[in-house]
Amino acid sequence: MIRIDQVTKRYADGTVAVDRLSLDIPDRAITVLVGPSGCGKTTTLRMINRMVEPSEGTILLDGADIRDQPVNTLRRSMGYVIQNAGLFQHRTILDNIATVPRLLGWSKPKARERAAELMGRVGLDTALAKRYPYQLSGGQQQRVGVARALAADPPVLLMDEPFSAVDPIVRKGLQDELLRIQDELGKTIVFVTHDIDEAIKLGTMVAVLRTGGHLAQYAPPAELLTAPADAFVEDFLGADRGIRRLSFFPSAGLELRTEPVVAMDAPAARLTAPADVPYLLVVDTDGRPLGWGAPDDLTAGAIDPARLLNHGRPFTPGRDSLRTALDGAVLSPTGWAVAVDDEGRATGVVSQQVIGEAIRTAHAAGREDVTAAR
Amino acid sequence: MNVLDYISHFFGDGALWHGYDGIPTRLGEHVVYSLEALVLAAVIGLPVGLVTGHFGRGGNTLALIATGGRALPTFGLLVLVVTWFGFGTGPAMVPLVVLAVPPILVTTYEAVRSVDPSPVDAARGMGIHESRILFRVELPVALPLILSGLRSAAIQIVSTATIAAYTGLGGLGRYIIDGLSQKNYEKVVGGATLVAGMALVTLLFFWAVSRFTVSPGVRRSE
Repeated sequence: MIRIDQVTKRYADGTVAVDRLSLDIPDRAITVLVGPSGCGKTTTLRMINRMVEPSEGTILLDGADIRDQPVNTLRRSMGYVIQNAGLFQHRTILDNIATVPRLLGWSKPKARERAAELMGRVGLDTALAKRYPYQLSGGQQQRVGVARALAADPPVLLMDEPFSAVDPIVRKGLQDELLRIQDELGKTIVFVTHDIDEAIKLGTMVAVLRTGGHLAQYAPPAELLTAPADAFVEDFLGADRGIRRLSFFPSAGLELRTEPVVAMDAPAARLTAPADVPYLLVVDTDGRPLGWGAPDDLTAGAIDPARLLNHGRPFTPGRDSLRTALDGAVLSPTGWAVAVDDEGRATGVVSQQVIGEAIRTAHAAGREDVTAAR
Repeated sequence: MNVLDYISHFFGDGALWHGYDGIPTRLGEHVVYSLEALVLAAVIGLPVGLVTGHFGRGGNTLALIATGGRALPTFGLLVLVVTWFGFGTGPAMVPLVVLAVPPILVTTYEAVRSVDPSPVDAARGMGIHESRILFRVELPVALPLILSGLRSAAIQIVSTATIAAYTGLGGLGRYIIDGLSQKNYEKVVGGATLVAGMALVTLLFFWAVSRFTVSPGVRRSE
């Protein structure tokens, strides 16, 4: 565990970047430091590997003061990932990743073998091994940055806004990849970001810092969304925290209706809707949803998929959260969300009303499933 | 007679290809003085430029020294040094070194200082020693610019080393100075051609050095 104990950083000009911060960072979990610029989140991170020395207070790593060991020994035991990857442009991708193992005295073949293994782990094609950083996209460079930090298998990973400089789609890919890697490796990760959505998505614990280096709240993301400590945290979380909180409620319990789901080639007798369902969901012969149609517009044996209403984005009960289900229902022209299984076959439909009731029940029960958010 | 005739007569003169005042001897002298001056200037300029560039301090002082060095008239300095210390290799070296240090010093400083700070930060965070950061992270990236500083210094030395002849040191300047006093324009033009040729060879040499020492990752990303 990393224990930050009453740490203050005051610069020579009197600016206080971090003010009496205390934080217990749990092992084998992602702890996110989030806050507006000037809140001291990066300074806090950099004090953990002594890139910045605290003015007061101590930082303990597994109970020992981090100042007890030589600074470079400490740093080599912590992976370090920064915003623009910071790759060495004169070295190949493979040699970039092999940097720390080489520093630790590994032989060149062994370090390179390890580097190649890591390329696979972070989702990089090993064909890129002999390339130079300028030949890679920003997202690929950042993957190299992560691989380089992991190369010597350090127990701790410090990540300073690692995904801020890439576009949103690439960023989402990198975030998913980090969660996958974390599931496999179980590192103690300290992650700095200014993006609250990223904090909620990645964090096991989230520390919200406010300008001047004060800790505003330290809690798991679901708790943050449910009970913000004060107006600052609430404001920082944004206007739709109620909706976002739904990410933590699973959709598995939703009661699905199957009778409005009809096949393309259904006989005329099947093309009638129950009284409370205005539309039928037409599926193809494999069971995949095609779209919504009003019973009166559907002629048995002559259903034209092009004339059906878009069914919106389906959700997968058990994997997706109530947020995804509600989103599907809101986006659907009929107000009903479509549930599919892992193969994309429709398993039923559910109305906004039913989702709404499930939300009320979930709130009442306070049931929060952190894994559903992912 | 035009310049080309002068050149062909000069190089066609068999007597000039050997002996005390022959082309090989003079060329050899010129190469040796130039190399000595360049090495001396590099020994002074490179370490100071690397260290100040790494720590990002002392830029103003460097600029002042460089401007001063460039403003000094080389010939005037030569006369001054010779007046003080007499003739010889040492005094002749002084103006050449003074001429060559500023471009080496200033470009080296700028080259190291302008290296992207994020790999340096990453290297420090990985626990790489400060000296290793300078030589393994900053230097390889700064190398093209550093070499360009050395190259311009070398070319200035090659062309200016002709004045060493004034102090009786030989070199290709001998042809130019003697030719002028003897009104032997073949010699003047021939000597000047050799100096120009040597400057071109210097360019080629530095091009080859950068080919072999600059990483493709740095070269192609420019």
